[in-house]
Amino acid sequence: MRVMAQMSMVMNLDKCIGCHTCSVTCKQAWTNRAGVEYVWFNNVETRPGQGYPRTYEDQERWNGGWKLTRRGRLTLRAGGRLKKLSTIFSNPLLPNISDYYEPWTYDYENLIAAPAQQHIPVAQPKSLLTGRPMKVQWSANWDDALGGAPELTKNDPILAKIGEQVRTEFENTYLFYLPRICEHCLNPSCAASCPSGAIYKRTEDGIVLVDQDKCRGWRMCVTGCPYKKIYFNHRTGKAEKCTFCFPRIEVGIPTVCAETCVGRLRYIGVVLYDADRVLEAASTPDDHDLYAAQRSVFLDPDDPAVQRAAEEAGIPHDWVQAAQRSPIWALISKYQVALPLHPEYRTMPMVWYIPPLSPVVDVLAKDGHDAEDSGNLFGAIDALRIPIGYLAELFTAGDPKPVRDVLARLAAMRSYMRDVNLGRPTRPDIPDAVGMSEAEIRDMYRLLAIAKYDERY
Amino acid sequence: MNSREHPVAALDDPLTEALLRAGRHLRPGVVSADLRTITREGGREADSFYRDRWSYDKVVRSTHGVNCTGSCSWKVYVKDGIITWESQQTDYPTVGPDSPEYEPRGCPRGAAFSWYTYSPTRVRYPYVRGVLLQLYREAKARNNGDPVAAWAEIVGTPQLRERYVKARGSGGFVRAHWDEAVELAAAAQVHTIRTWGPDRMAGFSPIPAMSMVSHGVGARYHALLGAPMLSFYDWYADLPVASPQVFGDQTDVPESGDWWNSSYLIMWGSNLPVTRTPDAHWMVEARYRGQKVIAVSPDYADNVKFADEWLPAQPGTDAALAMAMGHVVLKEFFVDRQTQYFHDYVTRFTDLPFLVTLDELDEQDGQAYTAGKFVTSADLGGTEENAAFKTVLLDRTTRQPVVPNGTLGDRFGDAGVGRWNLKLGDVSPQLSLYGDADAEPVQVLLPRFDEPSGAGATMRRGVPARRIGGRLVTTVFDLLLANYGVGRDGLPGDWPSGYDDPSQPGTPAWQEEITSVPAAAAARIGREFAENAAESQGRSMIVMGAGTNHYFHSDTIYRTFLALVTLTGCQGVNGGGWAHYVGQEKVRPLTGYSMYAAASDWSRPPRTMIGTAFFYLATDQWRYDQADNGHLASPLGTGRFAGRTAADLIATSARLGWMPSYPTFNWNPLELADAIERSGEQPADFVRAELGSGKLGFACEDPDAEANWPRVLTVWRSNLLGSSAKGDEYFLKHLIGAQDSLRAEEAAPDARPADVRWRDEAPAGKLDLLLTMDFRMTSTTLFSDIVLPAATWYEKHDLSSTDMHPFVHAFNPAIPPPWQTRTDFDTFHALAKRFSELAAGRLDTRTDLVAVPLMHDTADAMATPHGMVRDWRDDGVDAVPGVNFPKLVLVERDYTAVAGKLGALGPLADSLGATTKGITFDLTKPISYLGAKNGLVRGGAGAGRPALGTDAQACEAILAMSGTTNGQLAVAGYHSLEQRTGVQLADLAAEHEGKQITFADTQARPTPVITSPEWSGSETGGRRYSAFVVNVEREKPWHTLTGRMHFFLDHDWMSEIGEQLPVYRPPLDMHRLFGEPQLGSVGELGVSVRYLTPHSKWSIHSEYQDNLFMLSLSRGGPTIWMSPQDAKKVGVSDNDWIEAVNRNGVIVARAIVSQRMPEGTVYMYHAQERVVDVPIAETSGKRGGIHNSGTRLFIKPSHLIGGYAQLAYAFNYLGPTGNQRDEVTMIRRRSQEVQY
Repeated sequence: MRVMAQMSMVMNLDKCIGCHTCSVTCKQAWTNRAGVEYVWFNNVETRPGQGYPRTYEDQERWNGGWKLTRRGRLTLRAGGRLKKLSTIFSNPLLPNISDYYEPWTYDYENLIAAPAQQHIPVAQPKSLLTGRPMKVQWSANWDDALGGAPELTKNDPILAKIGEQVRTEFENTYLFYLPRICEHCLNPSCAASCPSGAIYKRTEDGIVLVDQDKCRGWRMCVTGCPYKKIYFNHRTGKAEKCTFCFPRIEVGIPTVCAETCVGRLRYIGVVLYDADRVLEAASTPDDHDLYAAQRSVFLDPDDPAVQRAAEEAGIPHDWVQAAQRSPIWALISKYQVALPLHPEYRTMPMVWYIPPLSPVVDVLAKDGHDAEDSGNLFGAIDALRIPIGYLAELFTAGDPKPVRDVLARLAAMRSYMRDVNLGRPTRPDIPDAVGMSEAEIRDMYRLLAIAKYDERY
Repeated sequence: MNSREHPVAALDDPLTEALLRAGRHLRPGVVSADLRTITREGGREADSFYRDRWSYDKVVRSTHGVNCTGSCSWKVYVKDGIITWESQQTDYPTVGPDSPEYEPRGCPRGAAFSWYTYSPTRVRYPYVRGVLLQLYREAKARNNGDPVAAWAEIVGTPQLRERYVKARGSGGFVRAHWDEAVELAAAAQVHTIRTWGPDRMAGFSPIPAMSMVSHGVGARYHALLGAPMLSFYDWYADLPVASPQVFGDQTDVPESGDWWNSSYLIMWGSNLPVTRTPDAHWMVEARYRGQKVIAVSPDYADNVKFADEWLPAQPGTDAALAMAMGHVVLKEFFVDRQTQYFHDYVTRFTDLPFLVTLDELDEQDGQAYTAGKFVTSADLGGTEENAAFKTVLLDRTTRQPVVPNGTLGDRFGDAGVGRWNLKLGDVSPQLSLYGDADAEPVQVLLPRFDEPSGAGATMRRGVPARRIGGRLVTTVFDLLLANYGVGRDGLPGDWPSGYDDPSQPGTPAWQEEITSVPAAAAARIGREFAENAAESQGRSMIVMGAGTNHYFHSDTIYRTFLALVTLTGCQGVNGGGWAHYVGQEKVRPLTGYSMYAAASDWSRPPRTMIGTAFFYLATDQWRYDQADNGHLASPLGTGRFAGRTAADLIATSARLGWMPSYPTFNWNPLELADAIERSGEQPADFVRAELGSGKLGFACEDPDAEANWPRVLTVWRSNLLGSSAKGDEYFLKHLIGAQDSLRAEEAAPDARPADVRWRDEAPAGKLDLLLTMDFRMTSTTLFSDIVLPAATWYEKHDLSSTDMHPFVHAFNPAIPPPWQTRTDFDTFHALAKRFSELAAGRLDTRTDLVAVPLMHDTADAMATPHGMVRDWRDDGVDAVPGVNFPKLVLVERDYTAVAGKLGALGPLADSLGATTKGITFDLTKPISYLGAKNGLVRGGAGAGRPALGTDAQACEAILAMSGTTNGQLAVAGYHSLEQRTGVQLADLAAEHEGKQITFADTQARPTPVITSPEWSGSETGGRRYSAFVVNVEREKPWHTLTGRMHFFLDHDWMSEIGEQLPVYRPPLDMHRLFGEPQLGSVGELGVSVRYLTPHSKWSIHSEYQDNLFMLSLSRGGPTIWMSPQDAKKVGVSDNDWIEAVNRNGVIVARAIVSQRMPEGTVYMYHAQERVVDVPIAETSGKRGGIHNSGTRLFIKPSHLIGGYAQLAYAFNYLGPTGNQRDEVTMIRRRSQEVQY
């Protein structure tokens, strides 16, 4: 056992209102500068939708992340590292600017400076890359709130995967938001892709960074990252990425995106894991088992053996304590409501998500049932507006069961707490049906609903 | 586990592995044993870039003064004297251990604000249009350097005036010196006051809560001049007129933290994630507490994602849905069985048990009645004080009529002292006459308007009635059941056969045909809402918003909502009731703010004007309004609106003193005052005589006469022409005189007003001066004559509050105002100083005749017994000021002292105190405190008075003179209210009696306010604020006729318009009224669709819609959302350039096609203005318009009522709304080659 500590995040998508405050505060703090105009370390995408850069999840096309060879060995999908070294001078496979978007500004000066003229002055759009007038055709968030759907959602790689006909009828519309930052993976394919060895995980907290001195701008990392969360600064010629706000984390304040999240849906905490078992877990043959495999790499901070091993590994006592009261540990392992994003990329991502509980009762209610009634509750899960299969393709490599289990726990919490809210006797059978005790469901409620600042971070 | 069974986990192939193993020693970090990755510690100089980027010198607390209800406290980061970025404060005082908190508050728009500080759209220097500045300099030289004479010459010489008026909006700004720009504005003001009168100027600056001092200082300046301030809440159509109608209150709602206490929440036309971004989490989190959430929205809006059920009602049909829910509630919880909680609640707190006279109708086939007036004590022979305003109910025990405590008749007279309360004593109100031994069933006719055209018809239903005092009476409750179609055995009339009967108004099946919401769903949600309320004792809530509030008939929509929360006992209960959030209207420290802004410490009353009527007349929209208001009337009405246009009705309201009207007369009010003095007559006698002789006339009866034009309009903290200007093209054409794309025809001769003079030539460019202060270039600055560079919200001191949270907190300068920018505070002081200098020898001290309307919360509310209109012009009665004519008040103004008064707290604060909602506060102690705290002014007009010379001092004064922030005042105010009500109240504030919240407190941290009689809820003991809690728990009356919440409104005009009771009225039929193509048809101009302008995700009104961050996250310019079905009809694909054209104007935008949108409706999100990415329109050959280029004003007559109980004027409390939701437009694909 080799204990390491990882700074991690969980986002509760059920609470995400899609406001993009995280994107703006992150942009303002980190990438509001020349060379990275098009870069959003944190972005929020509407699902179904193409994402940013568009269709980045289509690894058949972009070749990000890892895959297993026929012999069961883990290899970069874009080709083994030898191939990388041998083809270092050829252009890597990566999205071009139109897949992100061509950043632009406007001729704002004209509003004040326009001479006397026939027409009312206006600020015309112009490219930030070329300075020339342009028609705005795409942005980092072009399909926000289903803008352009169903035409644009047709190209959502997830929909393609589940073979689901896009639901184009007004009545069956659904959407949810997916905020994304770098996953700070336990098994980062970006780092493995870098011919210069410039990308590394910080020993003490696992934050993945690009050494700005070492980076030679090969851009293999852009290809290697299946989440497309490494960006190329076209001014410095270096790769840049989300730093998990390490200058803030180091002094004990949460990341910008987490602290400014008005949906109060982001949790930050330490997770202990066994570094010796990462490769093994990442090499799990069946994609469906990857979620469980990754969980199995995490170490129980309340286990005395883990605590001893952590001490031997030089992890400070307060970090072990932090791991014990880590909301991440609670959400992933205790309540088992958080799931990894695309475990099938085999990077062992460390930003996890609680899937959204979209309108539960709509379908049942049409028949006159009240889905808040716990008797109907679990049947209702399969009647969600958001297809379970869609969520499963995001979070469990297509396995619907873990997603359904999470949604059932959330729904049970609502049903149980409604009795509390209305002063009725509580019903232990509700938590029982989802494998939880009354105390556990109340503790989970406290973490998800009350969600005090001190308990989120 | 599979992975464990896997033989050897390894990477790639053996060769690669060997190579990499050999190479790992060349790398700086530690390569993992499995070669997967590299870890590293120490030696991280390579990352110093990010550390440096994060470093800063200081963090300053401020907020954003924007009309969004957010009032979020922010950290502004500063490095090397430069603002770098902002992030949310998280230090709000706790809400309690069992609840989420207010941290963090903020949204992406606020997070993007600092972009403006150094952006290229920042106004850095004073600008004047070149042609005007040149004219001014030349004229000044010609006039011996006299600025006022120069201005007089320019505006008095048509060729000169036309040169700069016509140049508006066409570029050509030049930099001016501050002193010169200020002098130009001050000269215009002096000239205007002298020549036309102070009421020919106007100030527009909305929503004081979003920065009280910045608003207040300009309002105070205008008040000292005698210039009217224009209302905004009604003008924005954010004012829910149902609130004054039902509650007698402007708007009072729960803070968002109280949503947490609700166990059933309907979001009705309120898209919380988008428009209440910092507060949406309360709804999201309350779901985890078992709250059931319903969304009513025509589109799949962002909030629908969170709802357990979505009711996609057709736009504007919400009242039908709410009526059907009300039908179910009344039937199942009142008639089929009696729900004790509901019954007790409505008998104590609503007008439902009160008696209404039934008037007999002449009918061919049998006897029928209509609902008449509330029965009052005077009707039954009572002669006691204010008997005509004491409404009557039946006591269940004695079966006799009684006047309960708490009616309007108890509120103002001596005999009412100690009786104005809701204590029933031995009285047990009889809710219904059904089953009463003396009652007989009678037929009543009630109006219905459910035809898509909106045309009125009648329905015949029955009520139990009884004879009392010679009149046939029934209760409001019985009428309500009849109106909602809830029958009882033995009552005559036509009743629905059941919920599935679509033929009769009120049923679930009836609403389905109108709204498209399945009948079963409507019935079930209505039932659940009530069941939850019964079980939780009132914790069902409706969050309602602009989605339903911006229609012409929004007041009736809202009354059907309020019926739901009132019938189920939810109003005045934590977690229940209405929650209307449109506009950041709640100035928590209200009394101090009002004193400061109205300059009531120096002179009273200020002129305040209803914005909608002002703009309707000033922009000549009345000339294009061919609607005969008879079309709105009930078939049971008397025809009093027939042949009358909206302009006629505005004139009626003005001459009866119902609503203010400025300019008031066609004379300069200073000269009018002089003439009165010369005549030696009483003002009323003089004015009556001159009106009679025809020498004097009301300005609103001849709005196009040169003497009646508004001449100077000053706009600050606002983007009037880019945001709220319903009928923007009419503004441009007639008020501004710039180029426009108006396509409407003027009304034909037979459709013109009867009482308002029609001049053949419509004026173009009525304003002499449009003066704007802003920090960015907007559609308003582009058309302004003078643009003064304003400090931003990160560059000044001020105060912020909102209804969404219970805190007051501060603006603070992170940096001093950069370049030549100045705070609004400093700008108005500069203006006041120059004005005072120029006034010397030109104006000096004058007397001003101020015409004041009949005011709410005063005894004026008793001017009109039974709401029976007595028009002195038509009805052969005398015009009596204060009864059926405006009050006439002479006010002395020393125009040379304006600057001195602006910066000092005047003596009327000591001698008269301050009055808020009928409660007078003694300010002796706060004034003495302020003298010590702020220091005293030495010299000048304010000598010896407490200083208000800095923005921070003004903040201190607002806090010291308000009960919410000064515990001593709150307690004293309650003591005074205790006298009148005879109920205990002062204990609500006692816990904070010694507390004075200082400006420093609000700078340190958001500070919770103190429970105060300025508001109706209670924060006592750390409670969440909910409106009317004090009314319910302490039996303090509402400010209405009965003292209770009203279902029934008996003013003459309310019966005429058929809205005595809540009723469904469809959106206006633009085909019928204005000849627009039928909805759904496709013609040369495209497909005809409903045109809605809901609030945007990427802006707060027009603020931020030009912000590069918001543009980068959206589509980068004006867009219109439409359904794939509508897009297909006109061949439009996503992101195509399109044009939206109707009679009001032309808009160019790009299409966003989405299945989220229902067929037949498009959204152009609010306040996308013309500054960014707006090409030349094909249709007009001119610059495309703003979202309001497709709208115009529609005036609803019932909003003009005044002088009667809760239907009496107060500023932003009541007035016609600037509604815009009923509009239609044609949309077509245009050439994809665009020119700018």
